[in-house]
Amino acid sequence: MPELTYREAVRETLGKALREDESVFIMGEDIAEMGGSMAVTQGLFEEFGAGRVRNTPISEMAIVGSGIGAAIQGMRPIVEIMYEDFLTISMEQLVNQAAKHRTMSGGQVKVPLTIRTQGGAGWSPGAQHAQQLEAWFVHVPGLKVVFASTPEDVRGLLWSAIYDDNPVVFFEHRTLYPIKGEVPDELEPIPLGKARVHREGTDVTVVATGRLVHESLQAAEEAEKDGISVEVVDPRTLLPLDEEAIVGSVRKTTRCVTAHEAVTRGGFGGELAAVIQHGAFDWLDAPIERVGAAFAPLAFAPGMEQWAVPHAADVLDAIRRTVARA
Amino acid sequence: MTTVEERAESGGRGVSEEVLRGFFREMLLIRRFEEKVEDRFRAGELPGFLHVAIGQEATATGVCAALAREDVIASTHRAHGHAIAKGTPIERIMAELYGKVEGCSKGYGGSMHLYDVEVGNLGANAVVGGGLPGIVGAALAFQMRGEKRVAVAFFGDGATNTGAFHESMNLAQLWKVPAIMVLENNGWAESTPSTQHLPLPVDELGKRALAYGMKLIEADGQDVEAVYLATLAARDHALSGKGPVLLHLRTHRLTGHFVGDPQVYRDKDALKEERDTKDPIRLLRARLEIGDDELAAMDAEVTAEVEASVEFAKAGTDPNPEDALKYVYA
Repeated sequence: MPELTYREAVRETLGKALREDESVFIMGEDIAEMGGSMAVTQGLFEEFGAGRVRNTPISEMAIVGSGIGAAIQGMRPIVEIMYEDFLTISMEQLVNQAAKHRTMSGGQVKVPLTIRTQGGAGWSPGAQHAQQLEAWFVHVPGLKVVFASTPEDVRGLLWSAIYDDNPVVFFEHRTLYPIKGEVPDELEPIPLGKARVHREGTDVTVVATGRLVHESLQAAEEAEKDGISVEVVDPRTLLPLDEEAIVGSVRKTTRCVTAHEAVTRGGFGGELAAVIQHGAFDWLDAPIERVGAAFAPLAFAPGMEQWAVPHAADVLDAIRRTVARA
Repeated sequence: MTTVEERAESGGRGVSEEVLRGFFREMLLIRRFEEKVEDRFRAGELPGFLHVAIGQEATATGVCAALAREDVIASTHRAHGHAIAKGTPIERIMAELYGKVEGCSKGYGGSMHLYDVEVGNLGANAVVGGGLPGIVGAALAFQMRGEKRVAVAFFGDGATNTGAFHESMNLAQLWKVPAIMVLENNGWAESTPSTQHLPLPVDELGKRALAYGMKLIEADGQDVEAVYLATLAARDHALSGKGPVLLHLRTHRLTGHFVGDPQVYRDKDALKEERDTKDPIRLLRARLEIGDDELAAMDAEVTAEVEASVEFAKAGTDPNPEDALKYVYA
């Protein structure tokens, strides 16, 4: 199997869609000649030209909103919001327009729009370039929400997002762009709403997203040295959520830790905990532990940043707390 | 300066009397529809939040008459006239206001979300300025596919202070998409007068086009012929590849912001004078010299149509409550 970086996997998917489908185009800030602020779209402008790889003004409402309008007219736009912090500027279009047109029209329109964005800490950008806001969008009926953690997943999920007939907010994590992973020879679409079990175990389930999938796998290795068998599950799609896989895993292990980089309070881990306690109440042997960032705007100084966001050690501590319960 | 200010001439430019009489009838239909909506809301029959556009009928009729069926519009919270003028039968609009399956949005939208994609109505929007970015995108799709269609956004003077307006104007002109931005300038942002929300004199609001290098076309929004001719010119320009147009129509809202608005903020004498001098239906009637008998006959016809739409709506089907989930995802 060939190996791709997470960045290359995204680029390959965009290129394939652009190559095979005239209705696909991409637009966003600095995505053309520069190749995107994360270098994801490098080479696409040269191959497909300014008509289909469109640099935009710094106008997040208009980027998302014009994507909505083009999507309703039968295009499959992929828009890039450079940092997920900037999704806040496009919220009106995402929440009031993209998510609601179909219902408000009584099913007359659909909005096959993909909104790619990225974020995440680990490089000291301070408070406005590293948030993890995925949970906000899970609260909005009409949107789908994806958070991919590996090259294989990001490739297959992005394809499915592009070809989903609904608006999909597609989260990538900045620190994952350089990671390498094996991918199938040919792009294999991964259906939205299917979780992935990264590691099987019997004592505790860690449900993790984004960067925390990798931190949780490290924590699982450590835990195994203490004789604790950890299962690591990545929902991959937060909306719709593969409740069956997650609840099934916890029924097997009887303990659960949720882990994401976003702040814990109001984070997606809370929704997971609610789903799990309802679906696996009689199986649970310990309270569900939640791992996330401290409840503070992200501070700049590297020491403070590293302290505030969770790492493998935090997941390991949470695993130990759950297994310590009788 | 690439932008040229143009004032469309009103009158004497080849709009036949027959066409103008057709406009008159449609405007009267919109007026009677709106009055019936007020009446049925006060009677407690209509749920929700309603806004009528009494006084603004000429902008709806004049603009939509100049569009092709395949052209698309995005409307506002003050949507009934736009929907009627774009071609949705009034009984389907009335049924929507009653929340019935037979409604133009099947009961999912209501007054502020009237859709009829078949006739090019991409939906009314309850967020001021919310429909503009989507219209830029629709026009972009037409441009990319080489289709000779325009996308039209209706909005008011209040919307010109939103970020969505400025981002949309900028992007539309930058990419020269075939869009018409129809500014229905009634001088009110809900209850706030233009003196409190615009740094420009209200009649000069069209100047905002200049900041984007966008073509500006202006017309008296109470003169349906002027609106129609201006829209034809705007459509030609938009389709020529030269870029979008800001179509500035000065109009007058002769009622409150919403049905039931006591208008405590409005000078009663000034409102009376506006009603006496700015009513587009009265102005066109005088111009066409429509006599009392002719008016009475036409009025009886449209009133009967409106009554029939109420009967149709009341006899409509209530949606199954659980169908609220039906269209969340495609």
